[in-house]
Amino acid sequence: MTKQPLLDVKNLVTEFIIPEGIVYAVNGISFNVNPGETLAVVGESGCGKSVSMLSVMGLIPTPPGIIVDGEAIYGNKNLFKLAEEEMEQIRGKEIAMVFQDPMTSLNPVLTIGKQITEALICHFDITKNDARDRAISLLDMVGIPEARNRLDDYPHQFSGGMRQRVMIAMALACDPHLLIADEPTTALDVTIQAQIVELVLQLKRQKDMAVIWITHDLGVVAGIADRVNVMYAGYIVEEALVDDLYEDPRHPYTCGLLGSLPRVDHRRERKLCSIPGSPPSLLVKPVGCPFRPRCQYSKEICQFETPKLRETSRGHHVACWIDIQSGEQISGS
Amino acid sequence: MTRYILHRILQGIPLLFFISIILFVLMMNMGDPIATMGGRTATRPADRERLKRQLGLDKPIVVQYFYWLAGNDWTKIDLDGDGIGETYGERKGVLRGDFGYSLVNRGKPALAVIGERIPNTLILMVAAELVIILGSLLVGVYSALHQYSFTDHFITTLSFIGYSMPIFFIALLSMYIFAVLFKRWGLPYLPTVGMFDPQVGKTAGQVILHMILPVLSISVISLAAYSRYIRSTMLEVMNQDYIRTAKAKGLPRPQIVYIHALKNASLPIVTVIGLDLPLLLGGAVVTERIFAWPGMGRLFLDHVERGDLPVVMGILMLISVAVVVFQILTDIVYAWLDPRIRFG
Repeated sequence: MTKQPLLDVKNLVTEFIIPEGIVYAVNGISFNVNPGETLAVVGESGCGKSVSMLSVMGLIPTPPGIIVDGEAIYGNKNLFKLAEEEMEQIRGKEIAMVFQDPMTSLNPVLTIGKQITEALICHFDITKNDARDRAISLLDMVGIPEARNRLDDYPHQFSGGMRQRVMIAMALACDPHLLIADEPTTALDVTIQAQIVELVLQLKRQKDMAVIWITHDLGVVAGIADRVNVMYAGYIVEEALVDDLYEDPRHPYTCGLLGSLPRVDHRRERKLCSIPGSPPSLLVKPVGCPFRPRCQYSKEICQFETPKLRETSRGHHVACWIDIQSGEQISGS
Repeated sequence: MTRYILHRILQGIPLLFFISIILFVLMMNMGDPIATMGGRTATRPADRERLKRQLGLDKPIVVQYFYWLAGNDWTKIDLDGDGIGETYGERKGVLRGDFGYSLVNRGKPALAVIGERIPNTLILMVAAELVIILGSLLVGVYSALHQYSFTDHFITTLSFIGYSMPIFFIALLSMYIFAVLFKRWGLPYLPTVGMFDPQVGKTAGQVILHMILPVLSISVISLAAYSRYIRSTMLEVMNQDYIRTAKAKGLPRPQIVYIHALKNASLPIVTVIGLDLPLLLGGAVVTERIFAWPGMGRLFLDHVERGDLPVVMGILMLISVAVVVFQILTDIVYAWLDPRIRFG
């Protein structure tokens, strides 16, 4: 690694203690984001994508959630060790987050002007009027027409796509170095999705910030990401530069994900492949490879030992005992 | 908004007429007012007849209701029963602000009888409601933010005990503890009867001192109920996505709790308070009785027992108007709090 990563998460373990037992949501994942880079995190619902990012932000509801282990180095601070007041200084100001559902993520009884300016007033020494001016330019920037007149409007007066633009304006209010976008387009129409993706990309270039984009939409990933982490059942199973991942997927799960994408350039009769089975219950602490029950390549070793990430080519890591090109177990492990 | 308020007020008017008809019919079947007026001495049949005609009780109920509503000073009353009216009636009717004369307190206008008691009840009830609202907000929000903590469990237990105690029991228990036992232990003890000590006179300090136990008795049950309610709405709101957004912005916790959460959580609470407030006017029948507080509750009880139709109808209509007015006020507050209603 030549430059220091902006955020370096090591061995993050997050669990939820519920009456039924312990939910093993994130099982020791490590990842990093470099300044100005876009990292996509991909995986099925419930694979720990959002939970890992919420852990980093300190937004896991506790109880029932606990961060059992790991560290998140940002600058020279470990975010997990910070006091709540210090964390408040980082949230929103250094690291901002955009959430999945713009319908429920904005407070229905406060004007959007209030919701944007309160972050500014909270983080900067700024007067109310200056904050309002800044809010107007932010709304302008995210493409809300007649921003000046819309400041005193309430969220319900905006459409879904417009609300997500407001969310983005809110997140970018304090010029964060890192934007975590948690499936920001999932709840939107496809045409609006494209607009939002384009907007975030453009703003990212303007402001030179790093973006972590959580999604289950591999189509979006291809368009925006520099690097991709594929998650499964609380593990990172593959990480690669985006082109490498599409051209040369090394994990059976990634292959399955790519195989299940519908493509217009294929004949209609060709059936979409689905991955057989369903993700494991997170209530059971996994032994061996978490993907084994659904894997067509599985061997004996997969049953007992959890594969660690290994480098297959430069910047391309995969957590699998099998070299899927040959179907053989890898040697020297 | 003004249009909406006007609309609501216009809706309230037929509602009040409807309520008054039902109440009137019910009251007319509650007993014989003349028996009350006669007192202990047996009334002669001829006098009864005369009295009946004088009060208009010989007329059909529809006519009586109309007299009650619009008065009878425009028509002659047949006092001697010969079929020809001699003197004009004296009642102006409710619509002109005349609720008639109290049958129990001879000759005193019903409104004056009620008016004497209203301040006494209001002072007691407003104090109790302040204790209830402020107390339950504090307790409810605190226990929501410290869910499942020791304090939360402790408060929950207390709430259930408070909620399940009948009000007369709370009143008697508080009397026993704060008056009887405190006196026995040589501690300063609280008075249990009336509004003030006649020897000292009706001073503010005396009234406040005498209010403590009644207010306590009235508040306990509602305090327990409201705080449970506030706790659950706060818990629900604190789990909403927009609270997570507020946290993600790095706002300090008090700002999240009191601006983002409480404004949303107060919506359902406002409804409950708006329904309860007008009933305060009716007074707390049991509490006022136990503590000999000269309020509306006691007045109502005393006069209903003796079939004093003008006073009882006055009290009931006053409460009805209050219910309608507070419903409108609730809606206005609701609209002020929730823009989705304001613009919807």
